[in-house]
Amino acid sequence: MNRLTYIGLAIALVLIVAAVFAPFIATHDPLEIPQTMVRFAAPSAQHWLGTDSLGRDVFSRIIYGARISLQVGISVTLVSALIGMFIGAIAGFYGGWVDKILSGYLFNVFLAFPGLLLAIAMVAFLGVGLGKLILALCIIGWVGYARVMRGQVLKVREYDFVQAARALGASNMRILFTHILPNAVQPLIVQASLGMAGAVLSEASLSFLGLGIPPPEPSWGTMIFEAQQTGFDTVMRIAPHVLFVPGVAIALTVLAFNFIGDGLREYLDPKQRKR
Amino acid sequence: MKYKILNFLRQVGLLLLVVWTVVSLVTLLIELVPGDPAIAVLGDNATPEQINNFRARHGLDKPGFFFSYSRNEELNQGFEEFSRTDGEKMRRQQQNFLANFFENIAIEIKLREFKWHGADNRYLNYWKGVLTGDLGRSFKTDRPVLEMILERYSNTIEVAVAAMFIAILIAIPLGVLAGTNKGSLIDNFSSFFALLGISLPGFVIGPVLVYIFAVKFEVFSATGNQYPEDIVLPAITLGAALSAILTRMVRSSVIEELGEDYVRTARAKGLSERKVVYKHVLKNGLIPVVTVLGLQLGVLLAGAIITETIFSWQGLGLLLLKDGIGTRDYRLVQGCVLVISVTYILANSLTDLVYRRLDPRIRIS
Repeated sequence: MNRLTYIGLAIALVLIVAAVFAPFIATHDPLEIPQTMVRFAAPSAQHWLGTDSLGRDVFSRIIYGARISLQVGISVTLVSALIGMFIGAIAGFYGGWVDKILSGYLFNVFLAFPGLLLAIAMVAFLGVGLGKLILALCIIGWVGYARVMRGQVLKVREYDFVQAARALGASNMRILFTHILPNAVQPLIVQASLGMAGAVLSEASLSFLGLGIPPPEPSWGTMIFEAQQTGFDTVMRIAPHVLFVPGVAIALTVLAFNFIGDGLREYLDPKQRKR
Repeated sequence: MKYKILNFLRQVGLLLLVVWTVVSLVTLLIELVPGDPAIAVLGDNATPEQINNFRARHGLDKPGFFFSYSRNEELNQGFEEFSRTDGEKMRRQQQNFLANFFENIAIEIKLREFKWHGADNRYLNYWKGVLTGDLGRSFKTDRPVLEMILERYSNTIEVAVAAMFIAILIAIPLGVLAGTNKGSLIDNFSSFFALLGISLPGFVIGPVLVYIFAVKFEVFSATGNQYPEDIVLPAITLGAALSAILTRMVRSSVIEELGEDYVRTARAKGLSERKVVYKHVLKNGLIPVVTVLGLQLGVLLAGAIITETIFSWQGLGLLLLKDGIGTRDYRLVQGCVLVISVTYILANSLTDLVYRRLDPRIRIS
């Protein structure tokens, strides 16, 4: 574990605290549009990070936005990792024509689409919303886990203890789930950490395009989307903080999970250590 | 030789299979639209006549696929009558979730009917169109979709290629410097730069660039593509992630090659370090980089959607987003998704082919 990993962990911790204790940390209601509206106010004692195009408090929206980012990140990572693990394990364990269909065809189809485009297409036809967003991101996300899992299972199933289990008469399912899986999941932890960064980034990207979390929810991507709606040029001139603050939040989150992922990879793979 | 041809055919077969699946998915995507696409496009105030005309014009009156397995109208009405009266009471008495679940499935199966529609369906018609270069007409403007796409296609390719160019321009010198000075300050800087490039999304880099170059220094205009120099900011925005990935690759590639025997030979015969690096190491080290470059062309095409939105760059992505999704022009969306995906797949396959030619070690494997 190097220094960057700890920085990543620290940022992630701040994020979790912000998400869990959002009502106590936020100074304003993130959705409240004040009666006396001050649009695009600069940061001040009352509004720590200024106000947005509707006079809402940017700081409070950022804090509540952490909830959405983590919610999407965690659920997408969990669901797509589980699906990917299952399909990858089946492909690697059974081999033969099962593997040909799964890794030879299905994986290639999903890798053939540019990920973001598939999500955009799905949301375009299904409509926007949190659930649909998570579904779309899982559909593009699982194949990464499946590939890693397949490779791992291919390797682990040749080990002697698997032969031993088979000789003892264990069933295929028992061998797969109690002997192979626990020994094959390690690289998936790295993948999951990087996948978390990817999911947060994808959510922000889709929301930025107006295809993710619909306004007025305080998703970070949606905040940039709303700022853009006012006119990119104007916002850049009078209140760049409305664009930059959520941008920095997204960048830090993605950076943090990438740091954690890289650190874990180094930690789990001794060959890469000290490089 | 025989093995080579077989392998090539297998690759082409897989490629065709993937393209077929992608086109099929795009074709069937329109079935996902909740409700009737005609009403979604025309609005709730449209008269039945308008809706029927629209359906006939765009082939929406045809069945969606060769067969359907949907609720039978007559049976469905009877069921709704039943569930309004007695069914509801019975349902309430039955508290068991699982029993309810299975009962619902049983009801669904009874209500649904398998119907064969024959060859005159939307799926096959769209395929016929694709094969003859006709992607249908736009729901909104009534222009041929392919024509609208071709108008914008070159703009997207332009910005993607410019982004690639910028990425190479940054990545090769930086990667070589980092690789030859492993552990030095410049190496750490390049690692940090690479991480930043990978983590910062385009919609963060883009506004920062605009703030610096358009608002503060007024060198470039913030949006649009009227002047030739307008391409600079979008290209940097789009190329940032790629330059980060390439820098990492060039670095590790250079480090790996520097440990090879031929480098020792080159040094032993008295070549300058400069010549060793640029004549020998770089030539071998760039092979994996070329692959990544090809694979990333497709990623750039998809990523261009975000860049084009930031800078109002009139490319394919903006067409998909503003004219397609923004106005519910589903036919246009289908066309855009199809063209971007197929370009992506073809770019990837071509790269694969070139890679095999470049590096004899992996030609047969």
